[in-house]
Amino acid sequence: MIARILAIAAAEARIAIRNRWVAIASVLMLLFSLALTFAGSAPTGALGVDLLTVSVASMTTLSVYLVPLLALLLAFDAIAGDVERGGLALILTYPVSRSELLLGKFLAHVGALAVAIMLGFGMSGLAAWISGGADAASLFALLRLTLSAVALGATFLAVGYALSALARGPGAAAGLAIVVWVVFVALYDLGLLGALVFDGGGAFTQQVFPWLLIANPADAFRLFNLAGSDELALATGLSGATGAIPGWAAILSLAAWPVVAFGLARLALRRVEP
Amino acid sequence: MSTDALVIRNAVKRRGKVETVSDLSLTLNAGEIVALLGHNGAGKTTLIRMILGLTRINGGDISVFGAAPGDARARRRTAFLPEAVAFHKSLTGREQLRLFARLAGEPRGVIAPLLDRVGLSEAADRRIGTWSKGMRQRLGLAQVLLGKPRLALLDEPTSGLDPMSRHDFYAIVDELAAGGTAVLISSHALTELEARADRIAILRRGRLVADDSLTSLRRRARLPTRLMVTTASEQSGQVASRLGGAQINCRGVELICDPDGKMAHLGRIAELGGLVDDVDVIPPSLEDLYRHFATGREQT
Ligand SMILES: Nc1ncnc2c1ncn2[C@@H]1O[C@H](COP(=O)(O)OP(=O)(O)OP(=O)(O)O)[C@@H](O)[C@H]1O
Ligand SMILES: [Mg+2]
Repeated sequence: MIARILAIAAAEARIAIRNRWVAIASVLMLLFSLALTFAGSAPTGALGVDLLTVSVASMTTLSVYLVPLLALLLAFDAIAGDVERGGLALILTYPVSRSELLLGKFLAHVGALAVAIMLGFGMSGLAAWISGGADAASLFALLRLTLSAVALGATFLAVGYALSALARGPGAAAGLAIVVWVVFVALYDLGLLGALVFDGGGAFTQQVFPWLLIANPADAFRLFNLAGSDELALATGLSGATGAIPGWAAILSLAAWPVVAFGLARLALRRVEP
Repeated sequence: MSTDALVIRNAVKRRGKVETVSDLSLTLNAGEIVALLGHNGAGKTTLIRMILGLTRINGGDISVFGAAPGDARARRRTAFLPEAVAFHKSLTGREQLRLFARLAGEPRGVIAPLLDRVGLSEAADRRIGTWSKGMRQRLGLAQVLLGKPRLALLDEPTSGLDPMSRHDFYAIVDELAAGGTAVLISSHALTELEARADRIAILRRGRLVADDSLTSLRRRARLPTRLMVTTASEQSGQVASRLGGAQINCRGVELICDPDGKMAHLGRIAELGGLVDDVDVIPPSLEDLYRHFATGREQT
């Protein structure tokens, strides 16, 4: 079983490298992270001790948009494309299960995403450290950011597979992916904000809102990385109503989402007739 | 369990209200080559996909070496060549074959000889995206040979192959069959299959309208046999009138007779002695039989 998963993963990793996805995503992450690290120092004045601390905040905001997008770009074609080419039908005549197939793809794609993320954030950390703008605490925050970004990416990879399995073709899957992306990273928050205004600080704001916020992986990611330090939380204005949430909730959400989303993708794949 | 590689009993496939495969029964024994014929849309690909467990069966049952279609045991023994082989463009042929080998649990060492076998050694390390259609088809054939299948399902395997490659292809099929593999070939290339298939199965709109050896089909169809008589020079007029055939040119006479009358005609031709130079007996071709069965001139 492991051998078959690894065989699929090896082939998928090759494909991700050959079609330049890994290179493009890495360059993108690298450019944005470095730019944010050094541009982040501008508002605070000099290249102070908290250069990296500030840039972790802006990198978080960036990652919320960029990482799910990169993940969905990698995932939308994973099933629908194979069905269209006929490759899925042929693969499934081999003694490999659909779970093994999906796990193999997941492994390769999470790996590809992790490379891009680590490269981008790692180089920024290194640059900040060399220029004296990092300490142990901010390096730790960067580590948290990196790991949680991989979890966020894994979530959207699996969501992408589910869409890819449900859609009628790669084109439709791409469209669905964009819709999901917009909903998770933008519309969801807008909706919550509207509800907050309507509720005017009532029971919803106190009891329900924090949990709704944490239920969105993108928001959980934001909270997890920004709640680490108070100044960061204040800077983004998100923290107002999040006091009610225990610290473990964001971690739980970030850890559970990839698993849940993968389960959904597996269910969706069951319905696919290759 | 028996020696049957594949047993299909009353299989049905419905697409909406239409039955694309209806009440179809077919058996393949080890070492047998069966040609699966039928018009476009007759249900050949659908049937193959049902045998592979890729598409659900709506009635009847299929057993592949005693296992259900798509069962791991069935998959291990079955090889498939899809109608339109589409491998991933960015992998090389060797990488693609290695993936299949790993999935089939075959050692690395089998890959190079296989690529050699289908004549792809030189192209093996180029991306499949740069390959010609025939080359991709041959890679498809190479993966069929992986893991010594006991049942091979080949959907239009020779489409896109040049004449030499076709020849090589049938050599490989014969070798598979000689080794005891049951081979089902769906094809439109009737003349190629005529000499090679042990049995001919013809589908018409999802129904099996023929399933027999070529000889038996000929007997059943009762299509006329043609006798081409070459006469001694300038004698065709006389020969034609004595045999009751049609004069083709100054040296040829054509006789059309039903299968039972063939020997009697030959006897009469032999009696003509020196008037006749040569006789060719031309039985109905597979194409004639196909036209007969697949267009529904025979009611079953
Ligand atoms: N996924 C599908 N959904 C709906 N109908 C289908 C589907 N696949 C096949 N069919 C229908 O089933 C019938 C049989 O198709 P099939 O592909 O088995 O034909 P075929 O004999 O392989 O034809 P060809 O010689 O053209 O390859 C056709 O009428 C086709 O329209
Ligand atoms: Mg077909």
